[in-house]
Formats: sequence, structure tokens, C-alpha cells
Amino acid sequence: MIEVQDVYFTYPNGVEALKGISLTVKKGEFVAIMGQNGAGKTTLVKHFNGLLKPSKGRVLVDGTETTKVSVATLARNVGFVFQNPDHQLFSETVEQEISFALKNFGFKENVIEKRVTWALNLLGLTQYEKTSPFMLSGGERKRVALASILAWDPTTLILDEPTIGQDHQQKEKLRQFILQMQTQEKTIIIVTHDVEFVAECNPRIMLMRDGKIVADGEGKEILTNPEVLSEASIVLPQIAEIFMQLSDTGLPRNVIDIYKAREILLKTLEKNPK
Amino acid sequence: MSVFDGLKFRKVYSPIHNLDPRIKFVYVCVIFVAAIIFGEILPLAALFMIQVPFVVLAGVKREWLRSLRGAVFLAAIIFLTNFIVSFITAGYTVIAGNVESAAALTLRFVVLVESFSVFFLTTSPDHLGLALEQTHVPYEFSFAFTTAVRFVPVLAEEAQTIMDAQKARGLELEKGNLLKRIRNYIPVLIPLIVSAIRRSLELAEAMESRAWGATKKRTNLYVLKMRRGDFVLMGITIGILAAAILTRLYVTIPTLTQLLEGVF
Repeated sequence: MIEVQDVYFTYPNGVEALKGISLTVKKGEFVAIMGQNGAGKTTLVKHFNGLLKPSKGRVLVDGTETTKVSVATLARNVGFVFQNPDHQLFSETVEQEISFALKNFGFKENVIEKRVTWALNLLGLTQYEKTSPFMLSGGERKRVALASILAWDPTTLILDEPTIGQDHQQKEKLRQFILQMQTQEKTIIIVTHDVEFVAECNPRIMLMRDGKIVADGEGKEILTNPEVLSEASIVLPQIAEIFMQLSDTGLPRNVIDIYKAREILLKTLEKNPK
Repeated sequence: MSVFDGLKFRKVYSPIHNLDPRIKFVYVCVIFVAAIIFGEILPLAALFMIQVPFVVLAGVKREWLRSLRGAVFLAAIIFLTNFIVSFITAGYTVIAGNVESAAALTLRFVVLVESFSVFFLTTSPDHLGLALEQTHVPYEFSFAFTTAVRFVPVLAEEAQTIMDAQKARGLELEKGNLLKRIRNYIPVLIPLIVSAIRRSLELAEAMESRAWGATKKRTNLYVLKMRRGDFVLMGITIGILAAAILTRLYVTIPTLTQLLEGVF
């Protein structure tokens, strides 16, 4: 569980990135933090594993205040996958890359081996075990970065812009993967611009703007509310847009799910076969 | 990354900022030469002090101090290695003169860092490129140089992100003995170097696709011209160089140890 209590954060260069944020993310929740560039999304999630400490206010991770412990201690439970995999890959082989964190956390040699195999398998990277991570494609590097964090099985997973540079198929895999993690009661927090991806996943959404949270609620409500979205400079997902446009024909507005949309449209077509 | 902070240029107007970068560069070179021809602590201290008025005039005290603070670690290494070597060669005894020469060499390093820092703090990369170009350095070189300078802050920022990413994977940079600590930086340095190389290749492609180097003869919107302040600095520079050479040739410089012994 992550509790943020009235947090303010100012960067050393004087930029005030967070202005009084309060929120709670419960265990097993799936949250998407959205907002335009510079809204403070990444700054906020960097507080969740102690990379940044609040200038004012408190952040508690599983009851521990982040200022009291090291990043390494927090990271054991809170895995953070950075946006750009090239900011972390450095090993000669994918296998070594994945075992790096495990060694840092002091896992035993035989456990490391098993976990690396497990993580490689989980993300379909087994054939690259002995390959240099620098030889892989962008999407594959992103998966290696993810695998290197999943390997230690953190209870909370933060993904910063996980869909950037990924093709549709990879996005779908990622979605399936998140759903699978959800069944294991993992807390998942994604930071993203990708409205369509969020609409498909349907998580709890927090909208940020200028270092503040401007909306917090279910995807179905927030992603179909053009006023709230425009405040955070986000456009409606396509399905919501269509239903918005059709709303004067009596169709419901709050639809973001493709299956739900199909159901409603079929029903309408049956009523008016012309 | 405080060393880099000390080199980051911020646009302000001061008499020093407005000086011709060519003269400033010559000035820095002269300080370099002077710092290298003296191995004694007194003239080095004088060289150190000469820069202070420049810093004050330019109004970059804070940044300058930060760059000096950033140099402390390297300065300590220089002092220690020199001290240890002289300690061993002197037959495992501490001699005041040896401590002093180690201190002098450290001070020499500090003077070099300091003058470098003053130069970069008060000269915009654009100005610098202009200076290089107008001293007929081939444009390829001057461009490479200005680009390198311009990318320093970008790299520093990137280094910070990489450190964060590795810390999030349980890396503790401050853990272990000196050797271990140095090795801790490998996971930071490799991604930094790789991404710098990648970025330079991308930059080259982007520039070539925008017809870089299409015209052989380039003209500039701004042309550097010597003004009164520049002549003053030129005078000071020549003065320092002459004074340094004359002192070196004709004056035997007492060490601090000798002075103190003379007093007591």
C-alpha cells in the first residue's frame, strides 16, 4: 500500500513539480497516472520507491516512511521500470542483465539462476539468454528491462510509459501481462499518455496537471468526461468519442470498452433494422 | 554531477561575459601555462587569487564555488598520490617540503579547474563556436567542439536518470570500499557512453539529412570585434605571461617551508 500525504516537491533548480498531492494506492490496485508532459507524473512515481524524497509531506510505502530507508530497501518491494531501457542496460548478456538486481538484493546463487530462467521465460526472451542486450531491437530491450525488474518479484510494479515505441501486438501482450499480474494481487501503477491503451485496460485513473491531481476515479467515468480530460490536455479515446457524438441519438455516453460498445450497437441495430 | 554544474553556461550580462571569447581563451591558456611552469605554492596561490576578481565581476560566484567543490574529490586523490609517492621515496618519513609540494600540485589542479570554469561559465557555446570559426579553425572541428560543450548538461541529466534507474534495481553507489565504489559506477557509465554514441550517430544522420556541409564557405550573422575591454584583458594576459616568465627565469621562489623556517 502506498500512501501519499500532502506532498510537495521542488527540484533543486527551483521548479515546483508537485503541489500538495494526497492519494492512497491499495494493495492489488491497478492505477494509471495520466497527464501532459511536465505535469509531474514521473516526479510523483519516483517518490514511491524513494528516488525522490518529498520537500514537504510524507510518503508511506507499506507503512514505512520513504525518508527513513534507502532506495534499495524500498526497491525490494517496489519495482520501477524506467521509460527508456537504454538508461539501465549495461551487461554483456541478457542473463547477466537480469541477475544484476538479484545480486544487489543478495539472493543466493542457485535462486538467482532459477529466477533468471523464470523471468526470461515469462517475457519470451529465453532464446536471447546469451545475447548482448545492445544487439536487441527496441521492443526487446524494453522487455529485458521489464524482465530484469520482475525477476525479483516485487509486490508493486511501476511502469513509466510502457507503451512508447511498442507496436500494437506488444501492447496487447503487455496488457495481458498486466492482467496476469493483477491476478497475483500485485499493485500496478502505470504512467502514460496512451489513452487507447488505458481505455482497453480500464484501471483506476488519476489525472495530473501542474503538479496536482485534478481527477481520480474509474476509467469509465474519467475517460468519458471531456471537460475533465481537456483540463489535463488529454483527448477522448476513440470509442468514447464515437459514443459522445452519438449521444443525442439516445446512446449512453460512458462507454470505453470495445465489447460493451459492440453489445450496445448491436442492440440499437436490432431495434432499427433500417 | 556538481563538476558539470560548474561548467554550465547561463545567459547573463556582465563585463566578463561580453569579452571577446578569443581573448578569454588566450587568457585561460596563459593561466594554464603559468600554472604549469610553477611548482611552488606561492605563485600558484597568486594565480588562484588573480581569478577571483573575474569571478566577482562576472557574478558567477555560486556556480564557480560549486565547480570547485566538485573538484575536491579529484584534488584529494592528487594530493594523496603525490604525498604517498613522496612519502615512500623519502624513506617513509613525513617531510614538510613533501607535504608542501603535494599541496602545490593539488593547487595547480585547482587553478586549472578554476580558470576553465571561469571561461565556460562566462562564454556561451555559440560565442565559442564563433570564436573558433573566426580564427579559421575548420568548421567541422569548431562544430564538433561546440556540440560537445552543448551536450554536457544533457549528458549530466542523463547520468542522473541512469543513476536513478540503477538505484531502482538495488544498486547502492555509496556502498563498499573505494575500489568497490568505483566499480559501482560501471552500471552507470556503460549506458551513458552507449547512449552518447547512439545520440551522436543519430545527430550526424539528422544533420546530414538537413544538408550539413552543403556550402563550402560559411558566413556569420555575428562577427567578433575587439573592444576596449578586450584590449584591457589582452594587456592583463600579456602582463601575467611576462611576469610569470620573468619570475621563473630570474627569481628563486622560496617555498612556504623555507619562509616559515626563516621566521622561526
